[in-house]
Amino acid sequence: MHIPDGFIDVPTSAAFVGLSAVGIGAALKGARTQLDDKTAPLAGLTAVFIFAVQMLNFPVVAGTSGHLIGAALAAVLVGPWAATLALTVVLLMQAFLFADGGLTALGLSVFNMSIISVWVGYGTFLLIRKILPKNKSSIAIAASIAAAVSVPAAAFGFWVQYVIGATGTFSDSAVFTSMIGVHILIGIGEAIITGLTVTAVLASRSDLVFGWKNNKNKEVLEIKNV
Amino acid sequence: MSKNRKFYIGGFIVSLFLAGVVSFYASSSPDGLEKVAGDIGFIETAKDHTLADGALADYGVKGIENERASVGVAGVIGVIGTAVVAGVFFKLIARKPEKNKS
Repeated sequence: MHIPDGFIDVPTSAAFVGLSAVGIGAALKGARTQLDDKTAPLAGLTAVFIFAVQMLNFPVVAGTSGHLIGAALAAVLVGPWAATLALTVVLLMQAFLFADGGLTALGLSVFNMSIISVWVGYGTFLLIRKILPKNKSSIAIAASIAAAVSVPAAAFGFWVQYVIGATGTFSDSAVFTSMIGVHILIGIGEAIITGLTVTAVLASRSDLVFGWKNNKNKEVLEIKNV
Repeated sequence: MSKNRKFYIGGFIVSLFLAGVVSFYASSSPDGLEKVAGDIGFIETAKDHTLADGALADYGVKGIENERASVGVAGVIGVIGTAVVAGVFFKLIARKPEKNKS
């Protein structure tokens, strides 16, 4: 869902650069409280892995492909703040090195994928985790469901931007239906990849996984945060 | 410590393999947004990328004719580049003031 230049007008794109900057600023602060020497390398590896898997477009319906966004995956592995930063690093690399995603549209894409998708994914993860038993499979299931929801959430973000600042004059409702529809399907792929990856990391290094650690030590963490 | 190293080296190698080898087999159909833009019509409002002539534009290395090699090398460069940028960046973020060397 890397937006090319031209879809959305310049004022709207500029406004979203501002909004994304605020989000990244908050994430820079927040990530300092959630990352330490031990988990920082995992945040780096998460960005690397997401970059790699984003190259792997899988077919969804005839003539359409999708690829992982990785927002829910990152949020579960390293926490939502670091996830926002990891996704932003990936988007910057793609736009500047690989000409993937327009430069003036970067604020729009960052807002949809690094902020909306991360936080909707993380919120969904917390909600599902709460109602499932406290074990590792629950973490993987909650991450999968979060992933499935996080993709149409990013598509919704694009739709809002389209309604505000589309340069074309095509029907808003048609864009809504098509964008959400196809991204629900892409979300299924996102859920599978996220579930498998979280399962693999939990099996080898559960001590590093944010969404698992912070579950077990929930009370302790809440007291610390006061 | 060695368990740690194994995990990170393993993750890095998996990423290299995915971006360097598996990427060749990725679907080349338009992604969700491009497809919708094409179907509805606003694809025509897209502008060429500012860096469309870049050496690695569209995940191919300029000058490498073989498609498999071109996307593979681009993927490997992307993985290493992301590792360097993200690695340094998160290291700086996670650095606690009291742990600074004086």
